[in-house]
Amino acid sequence: MEPFKVIKSKVTPLDISNVDTDQIIPKQFLKLIQRTGFGKYLFYDWRFDRDGNPKRKFVLNDPKYTGRQILLARDNFGSGSSREHAVWAIQDYGFKAIIAQSFADIFYINCFKVGLLPVSLRSEEIEYLFRNTDLNIEIDLFNQQVTIGAIITHFKIDEYRKKALLQGLDEIDVTLQLESKIAEYEKKNKVIAPYTDKP
Amino acid sequence: MPKTIFEKIWDNHIVYFEKEGSNDGPSLVYIDRHLLHEVTSPQAFDGLRLNGRRVRRPDLTFATMDHNVPTSNRSLPIVDQISRTQIQALAQNCKEFGITLFDFNNPNQGIVHVIGPEMGITLPGTTIVCGDSHTSTHGALGTLAFGIGTSEVEHVLATQCLWMYKPKTFAITITGKCKNPHAITAKDVILSIIKRIGTAGGTGTIIEYKGEMITDLSIEQRMTICNMSIEAGARAGLIVPDQKAFDYIRGRTYTPKGEQFEKMVDYWRENLITDANAKFERDITLNVNDLVPQVSWGTNPSMVIDVTDTIPYPDDFANGNENERKAALRALEYMALKPATPITDVQIDRVFIGSCTNSRLDDLLEASLVVKGRKVSCKVRAMVVPGSQQVKIEAERLGLDKVFKDAGFEWRESGCSMCLGMNSDILGPGERCASTSNRNFEGRQGSGGRTHLVSPVMAAAAAIEGHFVDVRKWL
Repeated sequence: MEPFKVIKSKVTPLDISNVDTDQIIPKQFLKLIQRTGFGKYLFYDWRFDRDGNPKRKFVLNDPKYTGRQILLARDNFGSGSSREHAVWAIQDYGFKAIIAQSFADIFYINCFKVGLLPVSLRSEEIEYLFRNTDLNIEIDLFNQQVTIGAIITHFKIDEYRKKALLQGLDEIDVTLQLESKIAEYEKKNKVIAPYTDKP
Repeated sequence: MPKTIFEKIWDNHIVYFEKEGSNDGPSLVYIDRHLLHEVTSPQAFDGLRLNGRRVRRPDLTFATMDHNVPTSNRSLPIVDQISRTQIQALAQNCKEFGITLFDFNNPNQGIVHVIGPEMGITLPGTTIVCGDSHTSTHGALGTLAFGIGTSEVEHVLATQCLWMYKPKTFAITITGKCKNPHAITAKDVILSIIKRIGTAGGTGTIIEYKGEMITDLSIEQRMTICNMSIEAGARAGLIVPDQKAFDYIRGRTYTPKGEQFEKMVDYWRENLITDANAKFERDITLNVNDLVPQVSWGTNPSMVIDVTDTIPYPDDFANGNENERKAALRALEYMALKPATPITDVQIDRVFIGSCTNSRLDDLLEASLVVKGRKVSCKVRAMVVPGSQQVKIEAERLGLDKVFKDAGFEWRESGCSMCLGMNSDILGPGERCASTSNRNFEGRQGSGGRTHLVSPVMAAAAAIEGHFVDVRKWL
């Protein structure tokens, strides 16, 4: 994973709450067996009509927002299906962070696995951002700080997740170093209940 | 200190704790059973190959094909080339890494959350993960089970563990008795819970369902409740296993046998309980004495009304929350519904009885009571998709296939089917469906399709009448 750097961009506002992962990446694209190339299908049914033509009213089709790296959303973003294809699509499209009032659990976890930063801000800050979508934003993960024009605010993030993003750690490598602890657990657990035995 | 069942299972599975003595670091949690399907696993296997890693415990890993398999004649080849590629990829990956696969033509094939309990892979007190959010289903047997993304699938394949932050505990106590237990089902209970707490009401928590009403439910009905925990935002639902659960598990293919089984039952009985004074971080009570059948009207599973109700006005639904008001407006437009319309006036085009929520034998039996001797409305196309080959065989032994077919239902092969429409079982644009599945999101069952979530008996009755009906009058 690439180490996470400071992001400087404006936001692309998606003014809808409870955006589920079925909307982020509809099912017909889940049949692909690779990890890349999902950006062109992001929000497919909202973005394109049945003939595949861009829908004018949808925010991603407004040239004003082209190239922006921060997706702005409302509450409970990423609810529903656990499909990681949703974060792959958002990242592949070019977003590096999502600012929302809140996130669904599995989606939030999936973001960290691919190096996409989910930032939760308070509802009044979210409202302010939706009213001022042309301000320059800076997201500084190390300092857990978002600069919105002249305003500076801070966000919470777990220390371990922050470190993993900033260093671009491979989580499996980290865990494999604990092999002796895993083996020890398996040995000990057989005595309590033989779940770790071959069924 | 008194503990909840969740805390006991959690504590039993900690391999390593990042910050000893504090609660805010991640824990390395051991995973006892890992279930795989064709859609969320191929990229995980690619990751293993790319890094030259092996599957640490292929013996604790089980795979099946369910999401995009056709539900038509199994002896024919799969027409959709991309689906076929994905299915073949799973078969190849399982072969390469030595994983047990219940493939397309296997008599144990079925929806992963139906076959896990059915084959005794799901056991009380274990941890189960799967790259599918409805893994919460397995909690009905006292299992800590939750959905994960593909990167986590890869992590579990490589290490048999997962880094997790300890979730909070949430007790939902269900009291009272449904007045008509055939017409008012576990599905109505869970829909009414989601209506009350919202789709993010359980975020960050594990829900424990308790109370006399839960004790009265069968194991399959408990699965319906735990299954939809994720629709309330909770990653897992849990029910303390009792004698019913132990009887359900006994004698299944992968269940321990003989003396070993009896020893495990003793262990479960003693350890898998929530202590009397255990504290939950959140706690609500729901009484079901006056519960009636539920129908969803909108585009998320909290947009639900009683079958006796009318479609709400956005202002009434939103209760002062502007985001919710806008969501309701969007939903009404997408669903092509007008406020104040009685839900029983809403005409439907399709009926789907199936999915990991409601495709087990209990569900099909109950629905067949409504269908027996009646005919599907000429305006409706209706299908039954059993959750597994074993459910299908058992239902056919009871003659349920004949009941459904005589009434005009299609009787199909097992799979996820029209719950998410990854195969050819989809709604056309604008089609309206009474569905026993779990998600009524925009386009979920097919681009432009409109989904109403209901119980199997409500879906069956709607198929007959061509519109929603209060099934209490029929049962």
